[in-house]
Amino acid sequence: MTDIAARIDAANAETVRRIMSAEPVLIDVVAAREALPHLADRTILHAGPPIGWDRMCGPMRGAVMGIAVFEGWAADLAEAEAMAARGAFKFEPNHHHDCVGPMTGMTTGGQMLLVVENRSFGNRAYCAINEGLGKVMRFGGNDGEVLDRIRWLTSSLGPALGKALREMGGIPLKPLIARGLGMGDEMHQRNLACSSLLLRLLAPALARTAADTNELAKNLAFIAANDQFFLNVAMAMGKAMSDPARGIAGSSVVTAMCRNGTDFGIRVSGTGDQWFTAPVEMPVGMYFPGFTEADANPDMGDSAIVETIGLGGFAMGAAPAVVGFIGAGNASEAAVFTRAMSEICIAENSEWTIPAMDYCGVPTGIDIRLVVETGLMPTINTGIAHKKPGVGQVGAGIVRAPRGCFEAALGAFADKMGVG
Amino acid sequence: MPHTEQPSTARAASSAASLLTQPVRVINIGLESFADELRAQGVPVTHVQWSPPAGGDPKMAALLAKLGM
Repeated sequence: MTDIAARIDAANAETVRRIMSAEPVLIDVVAAREALPHLADRTILHAGPPIGWDRMCGPMRGAVMGIAVFEGWAADLAEAEAMAARGAFKFEPNHHHDCVGPMTGMTTGGQMLLVVENRSFGNRAYCAINEGLGKVMRFGGNDGEVLDRIRWLTSSLGPALGKALREMGGIPLKPLIARGLGMGDEMHQRNLACSSLLLRLLAPALARTAADTNELAKNLAFIAANDQFFLNVAMAMGKAMSDPARGIAGSSVVTAMCRNGTDFGIRVSGTGDQWFTAPVEMPVGMYFPGFTEADANPDMGDSAIVETIGLGGFAMGAAPAVVGFIGAGNASEAAVFTRAMSEICIAENSEWTIPAMDYCGVPTGIDIRLVVETGLMPTINTGIAHKKPGVGQVGAGIVRAPRGCFEAALGAFADKMGVG
Repeated sequence: MPHTEQPSTARAASSAASLLTQPVRVINIGLESFADELRAQGVPVTHVQWSPPAGGDPKMAALLAKLGM
């Protein structure tokens, strides 16, 4: 083995060690202003790599308009749009502030955020609370119903969850994921098991700490009716687990993948916090009745952080039911996706195994060298948003990370290693 | 002493003839469209996915070689 190969192997081993030795715990739900006190006024954090208003896609613009009204920065959507166009808001990626957000990924000071603490490394990561299915802000929804729901998450469910989590001392997430994989979740487009398991753990504490029985019933019903409730927890967990793996000299392992509806971006450990971007691709999948691919927006969201740590499309073998839901083929082909992703990863996570694949561990540690060499692009399970602002979700599918990100990253990584 | 084994030329001719007289069985490597065409004609095909390293891009292949691949 050449010297450089040995150096990269050692750095990569340390990178996956940090990812897999994480101890993520859901500890609280707090006001974003409290979690992110440094956020400047009128700052909007968004999903994906950096982007300005001029290049934002329709649903991202719709969400920006909606969140500006929610925050009281604009009286209505039209005023919010005009303000955004004249530069009244500051846009920054969630990833630059220890945050992640699904689809449009709006994070602002007035919201409540889930807090996941990585107890092995002491870092924290944040994600807003999942709004449920249908017309929601993460898919670009922005009407009164959408804003009222966020107000309720902020005034009722968020504080109640925070109180319950503090009372019970938090919920360790690794064992929950391990059980969820055994129950058919991949933690991106299928969170049925983990949402149920989470509710089972939370319910007694929610009841013990509730001030009002009616509100308690409403909070419990909201979580119980949302199969994707756990997604945002899984995302904050992914961010908390992958952040300590950033910035390891000589490591060619990916530490973040995300998209903003215009660009797909990745970060690689050995190149620090630099983004490598390429035009994001269209998801291929199934559409809700009345919608077709002509309605679809290119892919969006920070949710690919779950694939970055070996879940989602990488753990498809655990979730045959999701293969049909996202239109990716037959249930019997679920394992094919996981096997393909193991070709571009350097490790398997022995704590997160897939029973139907003889308890193999989920593929972990995407090596950009293997991606470029094999041409196998990371598979991401995703929701599909309507391309117009305000409509919402129209389907679900899979999308491939674009090759251009990985080729650009390989070039920069080679420069860092002195062989470019 | 009778000689029962066929001469090599006869064996080759027999194999060649069998190609024309027996159903074709194909293992296709690389371009899947070849396999699709044969399948469309009812020919059983086993397709093996393969592509050259780095998709055949010499610049990327050279970088990979320098990075220990």
